[in-house]
Amino acid sequence: MVPCDEEAAVSGVEGYIYPNELELQWSLLIVLYPFITGLVAGAFILASLERVFNVQAVKPTYRLALLTALAFMVVAPLPLQLHLGHPERSFEMYLTPHTTSAMAMFGFVYLWYLMAVLVVEIWLEYRKEIVIAWREAKGIRRLGYAVLALGSRNISDAALRIDDRAGRLVTIIGIPSAFLLHGYVGFIFGSVKANPWWSTPMMPVVFLFSAIVSGIALVMLMYMAATWYRRIPVDMTCLDTIARYLLYAFLIDVSLELLDLLHRIYEADESFKTLDFMVHTRLFVSQIVLQLIVGTAVPIALLGVGRVAANQSVRRAVYGVAGVLTLIGIFAMRWNVVIGGQLFSKSFLGYTTYKLDFATREGLGVAILLLVLPFILLVALVHVLPPWPRHRVTG
Amino acid sequence: MPVPDRRTFLMQTGKLLVMTASAAAAWDYVMANEPEKAPGYDATAHWWAMIIDVEKCIGCGLCVRACKTENHVSLGPASFRTWVERYEIDPADPEHPHVDSPNGGYDGFPASTKKGVKTFFVPKLCNQCADSPCVQVCPVGATFQTPDGVVLVDKEYCLGCRYCVQACPYGCRYIDPETHTADKCTLCYHRITQGLKPACVEICPTGARYLGDLKDPNDPIHEFLRTHTVHVLKPQMATHPKTFYNGLDGAVR
Repeated sequence: MVPCDEEAAVSGVEGYIYPNELELQWSLLIVLYPFITGLVAGAFILASLERVFNVQAVKPTYRLALLTALAFMVVAPLPLQLHLGHPERSFEMYLTPHTTSAMAMFGFVYLWYLMAVLVVEIWLEYRKEIVIAWREAKGIRRLGYAVLALGSRNISDAALRIDDRAGRLVTIIGIPSAFLLHGYVGFIFGSVKANPWWSTPMMPVVFLFSAIVSGIALVMLMYMAATWYRRIPVDMTCLDTIARYLLYAFLIDVSLELLDLLHRIYEADESFKTLDFMVHTRLFVSQIVLQLIVGTAVPIALLGVGRVAANQSVRRAVYGVAGVLTLIGIFAMRWNVVIGGQLFSKSFLGYTTYKLDFATREGLGVAILLLVLPFILLVALVHVLPPWPRHRVTG
Repeated sequence: MPVPDRRTFLMQTGKLLVMTASAAAAWDYVMANEPEKAPGYDATAHWWAMIIDVEKCIGCGLCVRACKTENHVSLGPASFRTWVERYEIDPADPEHPHVDSPNGGYDGFPASTKKGVKTFFVPKLCNQCADSPCVQVCPVGATFQTPDGVVLVDKEYCLGCRYCVQACPYGCRYIDPETHTADKCTLCYHRITQGLKPACVEICPTGARYLGDLKDPNDPIHEFLRTHTVHVLKPQMATHPKTFYNGLDGAVR
């Protein structure tokens, strides 16, 4: 039933929305999708810095960044799959992709990035250790590493040199692929002309830079967590360098978002009043408070403080807080794009509300599980393919 | 050419049969189904367009009820192939119309309490856009345009990704709560291919809806379009709708 005025207040509708707009189409799970792919792209780009541009300072995070990217990449399609009305038909996107659809390419972009870039680069990077583990391990572990080694035992200097060169090439291909992955996700939203909140050519660019920001923040936090777990001192040169990159990426990201905002305010097209009202009411907490203040202004200020603070433990604490707030801010940004884009009517005459359930297929419970899952995978990956010399793990 | 022995012949024939059957099954599986239409109907001979005469609509809601009955549309919320909106416009403030559509106009409208306003009803349905964004964005081609210009959904094929619902500027699509696939007005394709009118057109007591064939030179739609000032909804979207409105107020979104 489309509600009358009294019922409308209860169902969260204000003003007039088209009757079919009473149901929100894309849920919290679709918020997770750009958030998770963004983390993948960002983590990979940070890893690539060391490899291609030879930034030695961030070397301690190289392998951890790759494994983080892989752990999140494996989980990335799950929210989409859970969201579909017919998940069993999703393979149709590979069999009969509709060439005019922005969404149809997701499977191919995803597979390319996962199989041709991430997995290959990780394999080349770890091949020597996989072969050594194959030789030294016993029983089922031995078999596992034999499979991972793909049967090749050759770790001569010449072979490793080839690995290195191939890995470099894959990284060079990988950087534009990471850009493609997340720019593409932005395009899925940015190309919907029916929705003025999404429809902007800035969307892929903003998505990309916010992805880089979130990925760098995540790897920074993972690195700090790993050193804490291994009880070894943090390499402050490494941490300072990552924090510096995070600050730079953040400044670019904020500039792009402010440009978009400025453009919208100045142009003030037919949708402006509706969207402006939405930002000041229904999106106030998630957009103004969480995204702009808590998730952007505060971490940028903290990272700035980190640049001048002399005390190492102060810097570590500042970076840690900034990293967590950054992830909250980028998550809020994804929320504001996906959910915000559905809170106003395409008639521009009214607003609706997103009701988040807990124990449903697209509820909060599943979303939390999907966010925890990559960390479990990461722990498993770190166990199988340690990013640091093995003896330190075993003590 | 040597004649194969019986064993080889049977093996090869068997393989060929299995491969052909598999290929046919795979082809059938990956391709969209044929739309539900009458046998012998030539889709290429028609190009359907709808006319909505706003001045004739009395907001009785019969069209909404007929559509739901004819097409087995869910009576639940957010499931409307067609609906009727009531606009009430204060002449001093035409930019901010008051609009309502209680249950899509299914039960008609309660009497208005507003005085001194311009009031009219606007029936809405899929605009059957010639350049429809919903067809463009469907990742598997489950929604498509027939040769006679009708946008349809193959429910056996739709993933339920809801991208088409997002892409429609007019709010004409929804997810069928039973099939979990996209649904929308089909112009009663099963009826018009038999020479019948869509249910909403058939039942409208004032003749506010008319389905015409732009490829038929004798169809009165040509005369109507020539002699009336018609508009389409949201022309700035460049979707080229084939639902034309006569007497449409500029305030209608």
